[in-house]
Amino acid sequence: MNDRSHLDLETPDKTYLDSNELVINMGPQHPATHGVLRVILKLDGEKVLGTECVIGYLHRGVEKIAENRTYTMFNPYVDRMDYCAAVSNGLGYCEAVEKLMNVEAPPRAQYIRVILTELQRIASHQLWLGTHALDIGAMTPLFYTFRDREEILKIFEKYCGARLTTHAFRIGGCQYETYAGFEKDVKNFLTFFAPKIDEYEVLLTTNRIWLERTKNVGVISGPDCIALGVTGPVLRASGVKWDVRKAQPYANYKDFDFEIPVGTNGDTYDRYLVRMMEMRQSMRIVEQAVNGIPEGPIMGKVPKVIKPPVGEIYHSIEAPKGELGYFIVSDGSTQPYRLRVRPPSFVNLQALDVMVRGLLVADVVAVIGTIDIVLGEVDR
Amino acid sequence: MPNFIMSYLDSKDAMTPGGAGSQFWALMYVLIIFAGVSVAVICMNWIERKVLAHFQVRLGPMRVGPHGLLQPIADALKLMLKEDIIPAEADQFVFWVAPLIGLLAAFTVYTVIPFGPSQAVSDMNIGILFMLGVSSLGVLGIVVAGWASNSHYPLIGALRSSAQMVSYEVAMGLAVVSAILMTSMNVSGTGTLSMIGIVQAQQQQGIWFLFKFFPLGLIAFAIFAIAMVAEVNRAPFDLAEAESELTAGFHTEYSGLRWSLFMLAEYASMIAVSSIAVTLWLGGWMRPFPNLLHAPAWDFIFSLFPGLTFGGLAAIALIGTARMPAHSFFKIQRIGLAVFAALLGFLALLLLVIAVAGRSADGSVAARLNEGIGYVYWFLFKVAVFMYLFIWYRATWPRYRFDQLMKVGWKVLLPISLGVLILTAVVGVIVS
Repeated sequence: MNDRSHLDLETPDKTYLDSNELVINMGPQHPATHGVLRVILKLDGEKVLGTECVIGYLHRGVEKIAENRTYTMFNPYVDRMDYCAAVSNGLGYCEAVEKLMNVEAPPRAQYIRVILTELQRIASHQLWLGTHALDIGAMTPLFYTFRDREEILKIFEKYCGARLTTHAFRIGGCQYETYAGFEKDVKNFLTFFAPKIDEYEVLLTTNRIWLERTKNVGVISGPDCIALGVTGPVLRASGVKWDVRKAQPYANYKDFDFEIPVGTNGDTYDRYLVRMMEMRQSMRIVEQAVNGIPEGPIMGKVPKVIKPPVGEIYHSIEAPKGELGYFIVSDGSTQPYRLRVRPPSFVNLQALDVMVRGLLVADVVAVIGTIDIVLGEVDR
Repeated sequence: MPNFIMSYLDSKDAMTPGGAGSQFWALMYVLIIFAGVSVAVICMNWIERKVLAHFQVRLGPMRVGPHGLLQPIADALKLMLKEDIIPAEADQFVFWVAPLIGLLAAFTVYTVIPFGPSQAVSDMNIGILFMLGVSSLGVLGIVVAGWASNSHYPLIGALRSSAQMVSYEVAMGLAVVSAILMTSMNVSGTGTLSMIGIVQAQQQQGIWFLFKFFPLGLIAFAIFAIAMVAEVNRAPFDLAEAESELTAGFHTEYSGLRWSLFMLAEYASMIAVSSIAVTLWLGGWMRPFPNLLHAPAWDFIFSLFPGLTFGGLAAIALIGTARMPAHSFFKIQRIGLAVFAALLGFLALLLLVIAVAGRSADGSVAARLNEGIGYVYWFLFKVAVFMYLFIWYRATWPRYRFDQLMKVGWKVLLPISLGVLILTAVVGVIVS
């Protein structure tokens, strides 16, 4: 990462007004870098010759904090990584610790988890769609997606009192029983949201400018994705059918009937389509889950003080942005000896350079948007 | 003085102040237009924010004044009070002069815009040429601003702007030429470049050039309508100030009043290019269907429109007053909106009175006033439609990429406009 030789950043010591290459800083304060990403762009006119991402502007040392907190105390911290998909983060962490302790959440808790996580996936994709479209210049989808995301956040708020950093789950299950009318709210949302996806698609899917701006932009092949460790919708848009929910089912995803949308070209448009289809699939899962939610306890048999046995565990889930993994080393105490997060945004961001070489400046923002990064997760 | 004013109003043959050699009236017109355009820009600012907001399921400005009506004034005040930064590395003089170039170009165009047969500063015999030339100068302000900022993003924005102009001006010019060709289909058989002449040609031929040689006029108009959006750097061709790519493009380093001059120039040139389109294809100051519905009764009905428009606006404001929440917080806002409604209503009444008083075309002052108001109203009405379209485009479409824009300009619009031009010439020769 620190090897800048491929960029040859030192060359233009003359002013930029001669025909030399131009090195410009995109970010950390820039409207389209989704937070505080800094991209050093080396340009020839508007053509991108190379990029380098500089990250760490939002580094909070989450992994180090984990070593100084008990397992329970650390639970809210994971919400602050990918703050656009806090529920998914919490699910991954809780399941990892449960796996380490060899306990399992009761079925009802599993169902609640699946419902909330899939709603969170929809919310995260909505946020992605709005900001991505805004990057490409379409202002309006942002407001439509935020209007509809609000309905999901309302459900979260009613369930656990928080909208963004929800801390919805606990190790061993869920702390809160569903509120009266939860199922009705979720079902209402499903009927409310189905036509809204069509509304987004009317604005974008067949829009000529949208097609021109996204087709064959930021192409990455399946093998390249695998080599770089890229996961999630980016990987699937390149034609690799890999979804942790199907490949290594966690929670109770094996009970549900859903499909994994896959793209063919691996360009920005395919990634757009894959995410749009994923939203529809998430709705399918939520519908099945809310109809089949069983009665029963919501908390498994977990001791008051969580002391996992000595050992280590890697557990990953399919977060909205890709494979979110937690690697926990336990020394038998109440605090993790080491906790490592594998954030999808961080790994996917590596693909930026591969995707944007030879494209134009305008495509850089399109590709940053299409990777769907959240800097809180990249920097942790 | 009254005699002087009356002498102008009473002159039987309609002439522009420039044409009549009346320097006083030319100056008055310039002042009226300068003030009018500035006010229109301020109104446009509010309307754009409001309309865009309603496209995007939000309310827009609501706090400063009733329904945010005073927001543009608050903005203008804020911009004037803001610190005016000139970057240390910038070329001070050029940085200072760049917004003025843009502003000057945008406002100079208005000297030849015909709001009516005599409601223009001057009737230049090369009016359309002058207009295209001067309005293209606006891009010089942008390029110079980007250059003088001595910064990367503005430079890229400026380069984009110049490339954009190069790829669109040609198609735009050819579309204009095909409209000018149509003016030579007059009885006299001579074409004209005068803006007033172009509208009069449409009047004589009894058809808007939009529908002339259907669909040739329509295609030429469509090309112009696309190119003019690119000309004024509006979405989806707002590459030069692409916010998500270049932070703010060419005016990244500008702040305060200097920045607001760019905004003023942008909106002024939006109105200017819309005026060109209206003049060339939409019959300029002519009311709709002058040849189909030409009975004096229809004249009277159409002359009621200005008053009815203001009456409608007053009614909307009144409804807004009635729908204000009952809370005491909104008391002042309600009074303000009611006063605003009353003002609009008064204007509406005035216009209706003039329309009724001047219904007989007997050359009286009222009749001439009525006629003049009708011209200006229909011209501005058509321009307003374009302004609405500008907002609509912005709400709907993503932004084109630099190279795609050039591709569209050179590979799509240019061949089509050339083809339309040739076909127009051929059809014109065959018909005449």
